[in-house]
Amino acid sequence: MAWFRRSKASISTDAQRKDIPDGMWTKCDGCGEIIHKKQLEQQFYTCIKCNYHFRIGSKEYLQFLLDEGSFKEMDRKMKSKDPLNFKDSKSYKERIKDSIRKTELFDAVRTGSGKINGQDVVVGVMDFSFIGGSMGAVVGEKVARAIDKARKDKSPIIIVSSSGGARMMEAAYSLMQLAKTSSKLAQLSDEGVPFISILTDPTTGGVTASFAMLGDLNIAEPGALIGFAGPRVIRQTIGKDLPPGFQRSEFQLDHGFVDVVVHRKEMKETVSKILKLIWKS
Amino acid sequence: MAKTVLEFEKPIIELEKKIAEMKKYSESLDLGEEITTLEEKVNQLRKSVYEGLTRWQKVQLARHPDRPYTLDYINMMTTDFIELHGDRSFRDDKAVVGGLAFLDSEPVMIIGQQKGRDTKSNVYRNFGMMNPEGYRKALRLMKLAAKFKRPVITLIDTPGAFPGLEAEERGQAEAIARNLFEMSHLPTPIVIVIIGEGASGGALGLGVGDRVLMMENTWYSVISPESCSSILWRSWSFKEQAAEALKLTAPDLLAQGIIDRIIPEPLGGAHRNPPQAAEILKGILLEEISKLKKLKTEKLIEKRIDKFSKMGEYEE
Repeated sequence: MAWFRRSKASISTDAQRKDIPDGMWTKCDGCGEIIHKKQLEQQFYTCIKCNYHFRIGSKEYLQFLLDEGSFKEMDRKMKSKDPLNFKDSKSYKERIKDSIRKTELFDAVRTGSGKINGQDVVVGVMDFSFIGGSMGAVVGEKVARAIDKARKDKSPIIIVSSSGGARMMEAAYSLMQLAKTSSKLAQLSDEGVPFISILTDPTTGGVTASFAMLGDLNIAEPGALIGFAGPRVIRQTIGKDLPPGFQRSEFQLDHGFVDVVVHRKEMKETVSKILKLIWKS
Repeated sequence: MAKTVLEFEKPIIELEKKIAEMKKYSESLDLGEEITTLEEKVNQLRKSVYEGLTRWQKVQLARHPDRPYTLDYINMMTTDFIELHGDRSFRDDKAVVGGLAFLDSEPVMIIGQQKGRDTKSNVYRNFGMMNPEGYRKALRLMKLAAKFKRPVITLIDTPGAFPGLEAEERGQAEAIARNLFEMSHLPTPIVIVIIGEGASGGALGLGVGDRVLMMENTWYSVISPESCSSILWRSWSFKEQAAEALKLTAPDLLAQGIIDRIIPEPLGGAHRNPPQAAEILKGILLEEISKLKKLKTEKLIEKRIDKFSKMGEYEE
């Protein structure tokens, strides 16, 4: 039946499926456990039974990561201009408008400054719910400016990624955001300021192939899908099913691309500890 | 003579054949006048066809199987080329070639993706789709160039980075990201040339430099028109529309401020006259390199990072 099975997966349908659940009870996508909303919140949106990490937005992540009330947002209202006047089955302008209305965000990342256990940091947190967390000129520019701020203030920067990759509707402009963010990180690195990359489910495509993989430390949440090509494309290429756990955080750790896998409820303390180890004298 | 003929090339090729035949007979017969008329006609036809090409037709030209590839340009433009192999870690990726050579009297490091001409060589070259070790090999060669103060030229021609299982295991994303990071502050001039297809991160992984040039009949974007069609239209058959929407041709990218310069090709495309295409490219490369060499390294890097930092449009 057509509405049970889509022949082609899309970024946006995935987002809806795993977004923060409405209603009081939620079924865990990992083990099927029925979890109460309050309990889910207390558990940092992870399953108490199987540790499944639900996809959450920047609002929740900033609460978990930063000291209460310390977040000062930058460039909050930066918006896409649709420079190519892009249109597929729907116009890009419409998509942007709908996403802004639906998510109450202006694009797929929020950036700013804050504190982690009193330590000044610059942060960026991506929102997968905004057009699949895709990176166009707004995400690229906001991340670049956050890196510039970290360099100027000599503050460590932490970026939490969740993204399907570069945003197709901005075509070559999107692709160039990979170069933009990576070159800003090179400048930051030359100044000796730390960058901690936190990879959450899912981080793929152009975001993985740029800033998300370039942390001085790469930290992943358990079970997050992290890769360059999506599993569907790889399956088509090799004509075989993929092994269990392929491209998950633990796989990336085993293959040497992630330093450490950390449960969301321990993320703040872990980042704080690392900063003391590498940054505070 | 072209081996593969695209649909829109047909009428031109046919006329050219006719002229060639007439010239053969003109020794015994006086056909001078008719030949001149036909030559005028074919010139007009060429102009009208190539000036009116759609974006999708340009994509087809960029993929023309008779187009010169990286090694063809290296052979036609340089002397004393010595190919350098391997990433010193895993293996030698045959989808990318690189090495030292003289461009006239200028010693350079030249690196580029390499496609094959037939099934066997395409399998050997993996259709110009690089694996992580390819990006790492390229980076090793670029660092070598920087160490000995040699400019780097990269020639881009790839349908994308290889989306395979082993590529993921060996960190395709990390390899590309690392190249973007390192290329952005590599202390030597880098000139990038799109010579065919520039698909996505797989192309950009060799694409960060001081000057980004595109040959006239090439494309460069975040995704191929076919894949874009399959994702956004949920069907493979909207590739023409996708190519239009992506605005992926050389004039498009020049207008977007993403490339610096278009390199003209012989009329009809580089495949119609490869030596001439190589000659034009070589002249422009020498000119660009001599300008870049005048800049102090610090200034060069600062300008390079600024250039990419300015790309993209947004509203505040």
